[in-house]
Amino acid sequence: MIRIDNLTKIFETPNGPVTAADHINMEVPEGEICVLLGPSGCGKTTTLKMINRIIPSTSGRIYINGEDTTGMDTVELRRNIGYVIQQIGLFPNMTIEENIAIVPKLLGWEASRYKARAKELLDLVALDPGTFLKRYPRELSGGQQQRIGVARALAADPPVMLMDEPFGAIDPINREVIQDEFMKMQQELRKTIMFVSHDIDEAVKMADRIAIFRDGRLVQYDTPDDLLAHPKDDFVESFVGDDRALKRLRLVQVKQVMEPVTTVRPEDSLSTALQRIEQQGYSHAILMVNERQQPIGYVSRSVAQTTSGLCGEHYFGLKTEASPEDDLRKVASLMFTHDTTWLPCTDANGTLVGQVTQRGITHYLGATYHPDALGTLPRQLHKVSA
Amino acid sequence: MDTFDFLTGNIDLILKLTVEHLSLVAVAVGLATLTGVPIGIAITQNERVARVVLYLASIIITIPSIALFGIMIPILSTIGQGIGYLPAVIAVLLYSQLPIIRNTYTAINNVNPALREAARGIGMNPVQRLRMVEIPLAIPVIMAGVRTAVVMNIGVMAIAAYIGAGGLGVLISRGITQSDPRQLIAGAIAVSILAVIADYGLLWLQKRLTPKGISA
Ligand SMILES: Nc1ncnc2c1ncn2[C@@H]1O[C@H](COP(=O)(O)OP(=O)(O)OP(=O)(O)O)[C@@H](O)[C@H]1O
Ligand SMILES: [Mg+2]
Repeated sequence: MIRIDNLTKIFETPNGPVTAADHINMEVPEGEICVLLGPSGCGKTTTLKMINRIIPSTSGRIYINGEDTTGMDTVELRRNIGYVIQQIGLFPNMTIEENIAIVPKLLGWEASRYKARAKELLDLVALDPGTFLKRYPRELSGGQQQRIGVARALAADPPVMLMDEPFGAIDPINREVIQDEFMKMQQELRKTIMFVSHDIDEAVKMADRIAIFRDGRLVQYDTPDDLLAHPKDDFVESFVGDDRALKRLRLVQVKQVMEPVTTVRPEDSLSTALQRIEQQGYSHAILMVNERQQPIGYVSRSVAQTTSGLCGEHYFGLKTEASPEDDLRKVASLMFTHDTTWLPCTDANGTLVGQVTQRGITHYLGATYHPDALGTLPRQLHKVSA
Repeated sequence: MDTFDFLTGNIDLILKLTVEHLSLVAVAVGLATLTGVPIGIAITQNERVARVVLYLASIIITIPSIALFGIMIPILSTIGQGIGYLPAVIAVLLYSQLPIIRNTYTAINNVNPALREAARGIGMNPVQRLRMVEIPLAIPVIMAGVRTAVVMNIGVMAIAAYIGAGGLGVLISRGITQSDPRQLIAGAIAVSILAVIADYGLLWLQKRLTPKGISA
């Protein structure tokens, strides 16, 4: 856990004092990622660097796991905090192995142990130890170097990590890949992380909490979803962007908006289908499943109205389906691609577990959910479709 | 042709003088490296001190060597060493300070600030930073300073023959006093060849000492 208490930094410059951090108060709970976000020059880097005392603070206190760091020995403090600097900063005179093993070495580990650790970390950041251990930094691409920078910071397994735009130098495609890998790692390692970014999408993707800075002040500190749903003022609102509703899509999983669904079987008659369509108030169609509850198609309302026979003889194939773990951004994209307003949801066995509808999504995003609203939401959705 | 005859006829003498010459320069520049590198590192801590030190070192290098020997004779005579080995070594040691201090200072100062910050951030103390990062990265430039000092002072040492320090300058001074162009030219050629060979030798050493990850 990192707790920051009234942290302030005033730089004395020839043109007078510059307040880079102004009475910052915040707390990052253990095992969470906090992203510091804001326009250039708002004090993100300064705040981060005061935590490992690369920059001395003017006033205020920092507690790590409850302990006041003010009196701690600087070198001791830094060895317990993994630090990934923006410019990567791998030591060019050392091999990748030596770079990763540097902190364990400083801590006096035995050679066999830190070498094994270097190998393990290369695996963790998805680089082949056989290929990379003995190379030098200049023989690696920017993205590979950035991974080594992260591996180096993780080497001594510090409980706390500070990362200053660690994926900034990577092209958008590889950045997504590294972010995903990092998130997978974090799910295992559960570090307490402070992470500087100026990319709102990156923040929304990675953060448990986002801290928005402006002119050295912390303006809003919230979960990504709360931040996007309730920007505190015009500045935050414009900073998170006009498309904030769309950004929220990635934060919501299908299972959060999934609704129960009524189905027919191939051996049911079309009149049964029509009856159920009207009962449920479905506007266009009803889903058809096989005996193992796997969706195999749908029967459209117009066909059921005008034709007689069995559902199994008059159905349309399914275009696509969603899984309860998918995020809504993917679902919305599938809906646009396949020109549909609903998708059946299936589990890993292909068994039907519910449906997701455009109206359901719109409702979820439109709902201003305070804790009590969360509980009522599924029922509300149910009413919409029923 | 005469010069050639002289060279082949006196090869033993020339070799002896060459070894003498080289060992004088080696001892002096070796000592200069042991003093100049720490000074160069130390002055990175304070810009004002750095300016003063570099200024003094450049003044020293502008003193003509003959004048420097002249100044040292009365001073060192008090310990009975007014001429000979000691003043020669001291002169070369002083002349070597500028290239060695300046190159060390520049090289350490030019280490990428990001690397310095990374080193601090992972918890290296100042001595570890120097030993593991800054000095290894500064080696090529420091070695270039040592090479400059050696080549320059192989020339200076030739003049030290006038104060009885020995070395290849003996041939040159004798050539002048005895109006013997053979000795004069032989001495000059030997000094030049020695300078070229020393430079290449040190270049080889520089490449050996440069960390693999930063060598070109
Ligand atoms: N060493 C310094 N001396 C004087 N002013 C400084 C110093 N370092 C930073 N500042 C000032 O403090 C303010 C905050 O800087 P900081 O580096 O924390 O910004 P940032 O939010 O990290 O910006 P960016 O996104 O561009 O990295 C800026 O106005 C900057 O000019
Ligand atoms: Mg910054």
